[in-house]
Amino acid sequence: MERNPMRRQLAVMRQSLFDQGYLDEQFVQLEELQDDANPNFVEEVVTLYYRDSARLILNVEQALERKPFDFNKLDGYMHQFKGSSSSIGAKKVKAESTLFREYCKSGNGEGCMRTFQQLKKEYATLRKKLEAYFQLARQAGPMETACHPK
Amino acid sequence: MVLGKGASSSLSMNKVDGAEEMVDNSNNFTVLVADDDPLIQKLHEMHLKKFGLKVQVVENGKKAVDLCHFGATFNLILIDKEMPVMDGAEATKELQAMGVNSLIVGVTSRDSPYEKQAFMEAGLDYCFEKPLTADKINFLLQELNKNN
Repeated sequence: MERNPMRRQLAVMRQSLFDQGYLDEQFVQLEELQDDANPNFVEEVVTLYYRDSARLILNVEQALERKPFDFNKLDGYMHQFKGSSSSIGAKKVKAESTLFREYCKSGNGEGCMRTFQQLKKEYATLRKKLEAYFQLARQAGPMETACHPK
Repeated sequence: MVLGKGASSSLSMNKVDGAEEMVDNSNNFTVLVADDDPLIQKLHEMHLKKFGLKVQVVENGKKAVDLCHFGATFNLILIDKEMPVMDGAEATKELQAMGVNSLIVGVTSRDSPYEKQAFMEAGLDYCFEKPLTADKINFLLQELNKNN
């Protein structure tokens, strides 16, 4: 059990991200790759995700402004976005991506637009939560220091 | 996972529960990762290096083919399906035509069995769905050890 209150808070915050369905097992896989040589690996990957996926979000937005909808193109963008979201364990974002693709396949433009709005909300919410999480993690310091005070 | 021409009916997987149980790679296997997504490149490189593998990364199929054409050799080639310039299927066909002696494994985010099978038919040994995990790498290491 964490003696350091900040690390306890961090652990609670982390667990809530899983319990509330924001993250899945893939995020744990990222954490397992982090080590002393790459202490900020998870944050780096998440930062890379938000940087690269912004382009895809913009592509979808622009494509949804053009009528009639090009469902193949929309599906293509969302396929890429879903893959990236999946790679960081962004569970709710991935779920909305899947739903969006289903609407693309059935040619349901209204469904696409509605789902895209929800997707953007989940995407933004996750970003805020992860930013807060990483900020607290930086303040809490490395695990070894916390568990073995001098 | 889809099995291809290199598959054996007596496969066994060594399940790994945590990072501390990862297989120590003392065989110095080399891996080429071909993927245009910087996020996937970073993830795969990190995953593979954790297993002690030597990793090189390229962003499209043409660069993978060119590397091999100019004499670079790899024990394992992990190749994405959709890449600019030359996609994974075309690159796999070219690598096979060159007689490249590597385990060639597709790693794709395409989840339709039909699309995976079409990718397999380009000449892959295996095809995994993204993302790469410790279990999948362990499986591939076992295959590499068998072949070596």
